[in-house]
This record gives sequence, C-alpha cells and structure tokens, in this order.
Amino acid sequence: MTSRPAAAAAPVARRAARTRPRSGRGERPVWMGEPSKLGVGARGLVLGLGCLAVLVPFWAVLVTSIASPEEVNKAGGFVLWSNEPTLDAYRAVLSGGIVTRALLVSAGITVVGTALSLVATIALAYALSRPGSLLHKPVLLMTLFTLLFNPGIIPMYLTVKQLGLLDSYWALILPVLVNAFNVIVMRAFFQEIPRELRESAHIDGAGELRILLRIVLPLSKAVVSVIGLFYAVAYWNAFFSAMLYLQSPEKWPLQLVLRTYVVNNTPIGADQLSSSLENLPPQISVQMAILVISVLPILLIYPFIQKHFAKGLMVGAVKG
Amino acid sequence: MRSLRDRWRRDRVLLLLALPGVTALLLFHYLPLGGHIIAFQDFQPFLGVWHSPYVGFDNFEPVFTGDPVFLNALVNTVIITLIQVIFVFPLPICLALILNATISERLKRLAQSILYMPHFLSWVIVVALFQQMFGNGGMLNAWLRSADLATFQIIGVPELFKLMITSQVIWKDTGWSTIIFLAALSRVDPAQMEAAVVDGASAARRLWHVTLPAIRPVIVLLLILRLGDSLSVGFEQIILQQAQVGAGAGEVLDTYVYNHGIVGGDWGTAAAVGLIKGIVGVALVLGANRLAHALGEQGVYAK
Repeated sequence: MTSRPAAAAAPVARRAARTRPRSGRGERPVWMGEPSKLGVGARGLVLGLGCLAVLVPFWAVLVTSIASPEEVNKAGGFVLWSNEPTLDAYRAVLSGGIVTRALLVSAGITVVGTALSLVATIALAYALSRPGSLLHKPVLLMTLFTLLFNPGIIPMYLTVKQLGLLDSYWALILPVLVNAFNVIVMRAFFQEIPRELRESAHIDGAGELRILLRIVLPLSKAVVSVIGLFYAVAYWNAFFSAMLYLQSPEKWPLQLVLRTYVVNNTPIGADQLSSSLENLPPQISVQMAILVISVLPILLIYPFIQKHFAKGLMVGAVKG
Repeated sequence: MRSLRDRWRRDRVLLLLALPGVTALLLFHYLPLGGHIIAFQDFQPFLGVWHSPYVGFDNFEPVFTGDPVFLNALVNTVIITLIQVIFVFPLPICLALILNATISERLKRLAQSILYMPHFLSWVIVVALFQQMFGNGGMLNAWLRSADLATFQIIGVPELFKLMITSQVIWKDTGWSTIIFLAALSRVDPAQMEAAVVDGASAARRLWHVTLPAIRPVIVLLLILRLGDSLSVGFEQIILQQAQVGAGAGEVLDTYVYNHGIVGGDWGTAAAVGLIKGIVGVALVLGANRLAHALGEQGVYAK
C-alpha cells in the first residue's frame, strides 16, 4: 500500500486559499458575471434553513433548562422564551449528586486521555515523518493497516478483559489511545515543515527530541490543536465503551447518565441529585440542564479550534 | 547504505518515540484479532480462550442456514446502507457547492461554523435532542397540540425507524462532511473556469464539465470508504434507540453481535458473525478500490 504523498495536495489548497480575497465581503471574479436573483435566493434559503435546523433545538433546550416551573407547566414541555429565568435546575444537578460525579469522571477521562493521546500521536507521527529511518516502512504500514479493519466488539471486549481493564477507567483510554487517521494527518503536517530547518538544527547539535520540541511543535500549533480537539471530543462523547467496560454505576461518565435519565427517561429525583433544594425543578428542566452541561464544554472550545479547519489541514490526510 | 548499527545509533530516538503508539496499536488493534478464534469455539467465559473446546464451524450455522434473526439483521443493515448512500451521500456535495458559490467570506464562515457543530456532539446528545423535538411530549407535538392540530407519533414507530436514524445522520454530519469537498473545490482551476465562460458555457455546463470532474476523485474516494463500511451502520446511534422499536426494525449486524454475545452469552455465534462481517468489510474496501482503479480513478491507495 503506497501512500500517495499528502504533501502534494496541501500546499495547493493553501495557495488557493491565499489567492482568495482576504476581505470579509469577498470579490466576485469578473468572468462569473452577476448571479441570478433566484439562485442567490435559493442558496440563501438552504443555508438559512440548515443553520436554523442546528440552532433551534439548542435554543429550545437552553431556554427550557432555565425557565421557571410555571412557564414549563404552562407550555406543557418546551419553552422558547423565558421571562423569569432561574438557575435552579443547574443548582439541583450540580449540588453533588450523580450528575456532578459523572461530570467529574468525564472531565478527568477527557483531560488525561487527551494528554496521553496527544503525546503518543505526536511521537509516532514524528517518527513516521522521517522516511528512510530504521523500520520506517513496517511501522508506517502497520499504522495504515489499522485503518482497514476494526477488531470487532467481541474480540475487543475479550482483550480488555484479558488485560484486566474491565471496570477501570483505563479501558476508556488505552484502546483508543492512538487513532491512525490522526497520526497520518499529523505526519503529513510535519512533513511539510522544510527539512532545512531540521537539518540546520541537527548540524548545530540538536538531538531528535530537541528538534521535535523546539522546532517542529512550535510550528505545528494548528494541527496539534485540531487533533487535540478530535481526541477530546471522542473521550468526552464516548458512550458505548463506557457501557461495555464499566460495570459499577458509580463510575459512569456523563454520557451514560444522559442516556439513562434523558434518552431512556428514567425519573431523576432527590435521591439521584442529593439536592438540598426544597422543590425540585420540573423534570424536563433538569433533563435539559444535563443536556446543556454535556454540550457546553464542546461549545466553549469549538470556536478556538474551528478557525483551523479551513486551512487545508484535512486535505493532506485524505490520501493516507 | 549505512550499517545497521549506525542506523540504530542514528534512529534509536525515533524508534523510542514510536514505541508508545506502536504498543497501543499492537495491543488494541492486532492482539484482538486473535480473539476471533472463539468463533470456532464453544466459548465458556470461565474456561477462557485457552481452554474452551473447539467446535469447528458450528457457530457459523445461523449464517450458513439463513437463520431468520440473523437475516433480519443483515437485511436491515443493507437497507440502511443503501438509503444512506443514495440519500445522505450526495447532500454534503450539494451543500459544499452552495457554500462554495457564496461569495461573502464572512457569511460563508458563519454558516460553516454553525453547520459543522453537530458533528462534535455525541450520539447520546443527538438522540436526546431528536426525542425532545419529535417525541410525544416533544416540541413539535406540543406545538401541534397548542394549535389544536392532530399530533404525530414519530418516535418508537418501527416503520419510521430508518427514516429517523437517516435524518439524524443528515443533521449530525452533512455540514462536517462538506469540509473535504470544499477543499477539493478550492483547487478547481480558475483559468479553466474562465476559459469555459469565454467559450460560452452556462453555469450548469460549467458545473458539469469543470467543477464536478475536478472533485470527482474525492467523491470516488469517499464513496469507496462508505461502501467499505457498508456493514457498519451507526452502532451507538442504533443501540440507543433500539429498545423503542424492537429488534424487528432496529437490529443491525453490530447490534446482533452485541445482543447475542455480550448481553445474551452466545459468544460463539456472535463472534462468528463479527468475523464474517470483518472479512466482508475488508473485501468490500479492496473490491471497491479495485473498481475505482478499473474506472481510471486513483482510489484510496495507488496500485
């Protein structure tokens, strides 16, 4: 399996991006002529409806989570506007019950997992970015080959069991520690860094580790943050691995709590929340608060990383 | 060529760097392949892989004899794949063309930021959102009730299950999937476009003769990858909602393996189905890739 070098594709995309106007409005090339009103209208309609389809559910969930009990009762479910917002649902959920614990579990797995994954991925990608080094070819093939197949549920379960990881948080991290696709994306990025930089550092007496840390990584902030986001989102969102490998409910991460109390609609009460509030907020507000809490971290990081998506970063990786 | 010793001295740091990643891949991608052995065993968890008795191909019986439960899972899987290849696959291409035709960079970036976002939500969240929107007590029905109109039962109806999961896939991933097509579209040669205009090509002709041929390799590539994945259809997504519609409509191959093996304890049959699924999956990727080569496309990897 020869990988078509990703290096060929990415610079082209980047060059194309540069020639495009920088201003916010953009300029129409002369040859394009004026677009028809109908075409512009139709395009605007599609984009507008698409964006609404994404935004409306979020809005409904958010407002319902902060609406007062009277408003929820009056609406008989979802509330689209609240005149007397309250954070009671969040107080109930975050006051130390099952949701709070699950939130901490998810945060812990995400932070530890992302850190370990990034280290392992950067290291492997850097080693693979140097054709001609010892064992380069077999290691590259071994990495690429994992993209072709997936071990399957039963063999994975047996392996995790044999390794003694059942009911341990490590079962949620180690099996997904390295994703070959992410390695290939990062490797393509590393290979774009001019080799003269590396070679001159080498002549100045820098070792591989120093070159990686001082030269390659500072130039690779974009790819590291995007791959970091991919890993973080995967850890935060992991649901099935937790369901498969964790047996004790007190170890549940947020996604399992979400499934039980929101998707399956299991009633959630004072016992689960260990809340000191006298009147619990309406069930649906509590559910929506859990939903908001599980979406929020992603929404918070997303804008910082999103700007890197367009940079032709993914292009190189397509041809693995 | 330098001597092996020299190369070792030169590259040992690189090898050391590769070690953690390689170990993880070996332990959790290659080692599990050995677990497929239980497809040929009467696997007993307390005996383990080493001591369970071998039974030859007995576990494959449901597959070879066309056991209805297995067939149902297979048929559901294939139908869902077909629906998604036909109705879901072209959507990001259309959306990418629309985004690409949007001249205002600011508007384009805003739309992209919004449309990419659902991709980063977990299936649990997506399913929860859909239930809250379309469930019996959901937003749609609450609104219909308040307007004194008839309400619809959408969630939990077996006939609507495939429609439901398809709309969820569209909602979650259409935006994100445009990324790759947009990158390909940014490489369309403006000079070619200009030449086409000078020659009097209409917008539709330009689309057909310049734009689409330019992004065809990417379309073929993604289609191959999708076909290679024919037998995997949104496991997490389906296992979350299966209980609402029952196994008749909601069982696919992956859930069959999970329900029979890990839940039901019929390890051998589940492993056998999983093994066949894996082999067919690899064969599909290789076959689709060969087809692409035969059609003169690059495919996933060069010949």
